[in-house]
Amino acid sequence: MNNPIKTAIPDRLHSPLSTMVKSWESLLLLVVVGIFILNSFASPYFLDAWNLSDATFNFTEKAMIAFAMALLIISGEIDLSVASIIALASTAMGAAAQFGAGTTEIVLVGLTVGLSCGAFNAVLVTVMGLPSIVVTIGTMSLFRGISYIVLGDGAYRGYPESFAFFGQGYVAWVISFELALFAVLAVIYGILLHKTNFGRAIYTIGNNPVAALFSGIRVQRVKFTLFLLTGLMSGVAAVCLTSRLGSTRPSIGVGMELEVVTMVVLGGVNILGGGGTIVGVVLAAFVMGLMTFGLGLLNVPGIVMSIFIGLLLIGVIALPRLWVRFVPSKI
Amino acid sequence: MLKRFFAARETLLLAAVLVLLALVASRFPAFIEPSNLIRVFTDTSPLLILAVGQMLVIVTRCIDLSVAANLALTGMVVAMLNTAMPDLPIIFSLLLAITLGALMGAINGLLVWKLAIPSIVVTLGTMTIFRGTIFLISDGQWINAHEMSTHFSLFPRNSIMGMPVLGWIAVVVTLVMWLLVSRTPTGRAFFAVGGNPHASVYTGIDVGRTQCIAFIISGALAGLTGYLWVARYAVAYVDIAAGFELEVVAACVIGGISIAGGMGSVAGVLLGALFLGVVKNALPVVDISPFWQLAISGGAIILAVAFNSRSSRPRGRIILKQAEHAA
Repeated sequence: MNNPIKTAIPDRLHSPLSTMVKSWESLLLLVVVGIFILNSFASPYFLDAWNLSDATFNFTEKAMIAFAMALLIISGEIDLSVASIIALASTAMGAAAQFGAGTTEIVLVGLTVGLSCGAFNAVLVTVMGLPSIVVTIGTMSLFRGISYIVLGDGAYRGYPESFAFFGQGYVAWVISFELALFAVLAVIYGILLHKTNFGRAIYTIGNNPVAALFSGIRVQRVKFTLFLLTGLMSGVAAVCLTSRLGSTRPSIGVGMELEVVTMVVLGGVNILGGGGTIVGVVLAAFVMGLMTFGLGLLNVPGIVMSIFIGLLLIGVIALPRLWVRFVPSKI
Repeated sequence: MLKRFFAARETLLLAAVLVLLALVASRFPAFIEPSNLIRVFTDTSPLLILAVGQMLVIVTRCIDLSVAANLALTGMVVAMLNTAMPDLPIIFSLLLAITLGALMGAINGLLVWKLAIPSIVVTLGTMTIFRGTIFLISDGQWINAHEMSTHFSLFPRNSIMGMPVLGWIAVVVTLVMWLLVSRTPTGRAFFAVGGNPHASVYTGIDVGRTQCIAFIISGALAGLTGYLWVARYAVAYVDIAAGFELEVVAACVIGGISIAGGMGSVAGVLLGALFLGVVKNALPVVDISPFWQLAISGGAIILAVAFNSRSSRPRGRIILKQAEHAA
């Protein structure tokens, strides 16, 4: 217990099974199951296929951004402008609809604006070498500010009927389009992060950017791509959210960046960069979605839920640190 | 001496503010009448008070995004106390506001110090927690002018020598901060910690403790502003000053505070806040919709940070790497 050498090398590595059982992800899975059971007891309306399907709308849009954000945070950067990108993309889509654009064009406009905003952040951070946290605090005001200039206190409505599919349509039975898209994106991002060279490069950059550079990784190019991806995913989320709400106001999705970052951190991604998994983010999405839905069924107002989210964000980071401090480690 | 004066970014900023004033004045001379300038300064006072507090936090390589929520919560508490006890002297409201704000700052500071959690995560979290708490204690209700006692809501608007008390408080706070930063060991410690945490440890400065002090000061000033804000606008509700933290950070960044820590001056922050204040007050005068303000401050942040990095190229500025935090 009181071994003076704290970093003694163990005789053998932990078995894969015990590592898996003790991982952050399995803890999250337990929490998901726990919330699920608690909710089923707390409200008779919880265990209903359609209600549960509705509950997924609480997290699908945020989770889409969270996947890209996870990669970005693992690489040691952050993007706080995602919610404002949604506002700008949504405003552009609304304007396009006003000019009589069809559904395909509207979606293309949304994705293009998302991508362009991502590129704007990317240029400022990787080409000009500015700190991402200030740059994206700036673009957070700038992007939403442009929406306010365009819309003022007005709103865009009048989207074509077929546009409603992305946020309100169902692929099969209770599986909504958003839920299906969420699942597909989870798989794509899982493969991208865990099974490709690009994914390994992201971890390397997050752990040691200098070493990454010296081992031949194009650090700035990878980061550029990640900012583009985050912008694009914000565009995708903007399409879904706008389609679901059926209207655009400049205050659309306000404060969402906080929930996205919370989701990523709750998923076990190291806020300092270098560690984290997509499985964790998926589970964190379920934790947050089911929790807000359960509290909603119990008539807890939205702003009170945000207290829980804030506590969750600080708690998940504080608890392991307290644990390390007060529970002596075996090694 | 003269050369240094012209090279300093404060000089450039001062020039920018003066050019801005001159541009507005060329079309609307009334804008630069002393009475109106005092009005603009008073209007900028809450921003200025928060920004000088935020400056300390940023200089120590942290950031405090919870100031606006702190302000709103303190404002609500003092307003509720005032409706319950209308005859309570103002000094109690002021003391309560400062204490409460400092307490919330201490929560941030202790989490950053004792648990070494990155400040951006801590303050994003406490920001929502504080906002939610306002709803819990107020039940979502507004406290309006007629529910507040007159001396409570009139205090910041009382005029002394032509300037409202609110403006004078900002002047005093700025002066005290300037003295703190330039004339005391604690003030120098903020810059040492931000400039080089490792070296500060070897010189006997406790990095975490210094950061905690910065958070407490920032919180206390947010609390003070909470009372002033609620009294000045004579209304308290959940969403007052929503998003104001961004404007505060903007004032700091425009004022030349480096987000990498260790660099900045009170004069810079003063000018940064004044720049935003003049823009905000000039917009309606030159007939531009106030909806432009958000985009302008966003654009100003980006320009300022681009400019900052040019003037300090050789410095490392990896911001999320707080691994070297208080070794």
